Amino acid sequence: MALDFEELNCFIETILAANDGDHFTTLGIRPEYVERHRAGLSMPYDKALVGDPDTGVIHGGAITALLDTCCGFAAATALDDLGLTPTIDLRIDYMRPATPGLTVYADAEVYRVTESVIFTRAIAHHGDTERAIASVVGNFFRMELDLFAGMRRDFRAAQVLKNSELKAGGSGNE
Amino acid sequence: MNDVELQQLINRVPYARTLGIEIGEEAGCFLLPVKKSNIGNPTLPALHGGAIAGFMELSAMIHVLQHSHSEKIPKVVDFAVDYVRAGKYVTTYSRCKLVYLGRRMINVSISAWQDDEAAPITMARAQFLVKD
Repeated sequence: MALDFEELNCFIETILAANDGDHFTTLGIRPEYVERHRAGLSMPYDKALVGDPDTGVIHGGAITALLDTCCGFAAATALDDLGLTPTIDLRIDYMRPATPGLTVYADAEVYRVTESVIFTRAIAHHGDTERAIASVVGNFFRMELDLFAGMRRDFRAAQVLKNSELKAGGSGNE
Repeated sequence: MNDVELQQLINRVPYARTLGIEIGEEAGCFLLPVKKSNIGNPTLPALHGGAIAGFMELSAMIHVLQHSHSEKIPKVVDFAVDYVRAGKYVTTYSRCKLVYLGRRMINVSISAWQDDEAAPITMARAQFLVKD
């Protein structure tokens, strides 16, 4: 079974946006791209994420959450079908503070896939990858795909329903 | 810094309010009460690993502020976290330990647990730089 990237993209968009008020929407994380062994996300500046009220710099924890999420999605592109990849561990180096007011971008890549572990790395930046705010290495658990059979079934059923509603809504407007 | 002053300081940090971190009963201990905005998986439901990591990083930072004799917010140089158990949607606790308190470099180890401190959900370490 080969991974359908269009479907994975939908899956990621659903995870990020489907539950208003959860940690993803609280951080304001948005998808940028997803392709084999790579994923990109962005997180616009938000005062609610500020860690130092004197400077307005966002807290490292928000960057950690963004990088964890980005590496996790990159890891999911290494699977043969839709599934989740729990984080085993992360190590983050903070190279410079994020600039107040600017969007933080994250680019993650998978550099090794083994039977049980997916090895990833990522950087966070403001658009210039040569001036990284933080860099991370993270390992993710590659679980049995059967474990996510129910999740895939539910997601696909919801997508079918959503598409038929869109179609019905579209014809109603014509 | 007493607990009231410390809570006032925490309340000044927007990210701390976003997560909802609170001071624990013992020195170096903090808690994260359940809050919808920290959920990462609504089906289980489970906390977002990033929210747990952020909670631990923030716990360490507050702990350093209490001990570094500096009013400035310490800078995190690096942070490493091991996830060993799923973070359920229940109150999460943290305990920070100063491994090394230097004039400039400070190393903190942090553990987080939910039901039983002997069975942590995550362990982390953070390296801070304090500059006057």
